[in-house]
Amino acid sequence: MYELFSTLSAWMIPGIIVFIPLYAMLRRRLPVYEVFVDGAKDGFGTAIGIIPHLVGMMVAISMFRASGAMELMLSAVRPFFDWLGIPSEVLPLGVLRPLTGAGSLAFTADLISTYGPDSMIGRIASTIQGSTDTTLYVLTVYFGAVAVRRTRYALKVGLFSDLVGFFAAIAVCLYLFG
Amino acid sequence: MVNWIWLFFIVASVVVAAFTGKMDAVTAAAFDGAKSGVTVSFGLISIMVFWLGMMSIAEQAGLLKKLAAMLGPVVRWLFPDVPKDHPAMGYIMSNLSANLFGLGNAATPMGIKAMQELQKLNPHKETATPAMCTLLALNTSSITLVPTTLIAIRMNYNSANPAEIIGTTLAATFVATAAAIMADRWYRRRLKAPPGGGGDV
Repeated sequence: MYELFSTLSAWMIPGIIVFIPLYAMLRRRLPVYEVFVDGAKDGFGTAIGIIPHLVGMMVAISMFRASGAMELMLSAVRPFFDWLGIPSEVLPLGVLRPLTGAGSLAFTADLISTYGPDSMIGRIASTIQGSTDTTLYVLTVYFGAVAVRRTRYALKVGLFSDLVGFFAAIAVCLYLFG
Repeated sequence: MVNWIWLFFIVASVVVAAFTGKMDAVTAAAFDGAKSGVTVSFGLISIMVFWLGMMSIAEQAGLLKKLAAMLGPVVRWLFPDVPKDHPAMGYIMSNLSANLFGLGNAATPMGIKAMQELQKLNPHKETATPAMCTLLALNTSSITLVPTTLIAIRMNYNSANPAEIIGTTLAATFVATAAAIMADRWYRRRLKAPPGGGGDV
């Protein structure tokens, strides 16, 4: 199963890269290289325009982690987790995951190396990390790219689904591997 | 809401640091954060330029329209206020399929392009439209079939069965996405209902 998936994902990108220009050239007679260059131009400006948004967010998040404020917030909910029988080692992931992709990946790798990939903590951490994306990053980048300031309910929906995903990951792992 | 969260992070950091004596670390973290914001954006340049080039070939060749037509019913249900053959549909579709197959670095440029197309339909350029919020909801919970990075990490630490988390991840991501879609629908309906509702909630 994994073999199949890894072969498939290894072929996916090269497959797309070959198929798109080939189809455009053979079926539509498009000047593929020129069209490529023309469309690619927008990429630079868009990526540069995101800088202020990302800098603002990442400053706030890394300050929050470094000050110990995050740890303080977690210690408040820890007893509740113990009471539910959920290993509280995975708790920081629930907060880190929506905030920083690199930070939560590092934390997951650390949990896996400490407790082992096949421990309950290792499995739960892997599942949490794999099942959602970094909400704040997605929000910052997507809205930053079109300069939308009033984001309405998007953040609430994103954080809500992260919360649901976090508990779903724990429940599925406890049920399947417990 | 974003404004409050941002302010909360910064104020809470300094206040807590005053008690924990980590003020130096917080200062260092602020500038480290700024640096990584720039690094991440620069990392985006190469993939944005490359994928936008590819996607413009796909768009002009009519491939995006085909993709949008193939999965039309689902996307039309999710994005009722986007016209059927608007270019945004094709980009939304390619963004969702890239997410599905775990092609993270292709998903972001296509999602951004979809946002730019949706922005063309937006009457108030500084306020998000419901369609934008739906796209965001789908991307933050992003259904993933194969969590490739995680499997690699697990192999690295000699897991007996690195791929055993595919099933659990799929279940969790499915639940998270369903929750996102339901929450999005709920807010969308509430937005339309009362006059003078909406705004920055």
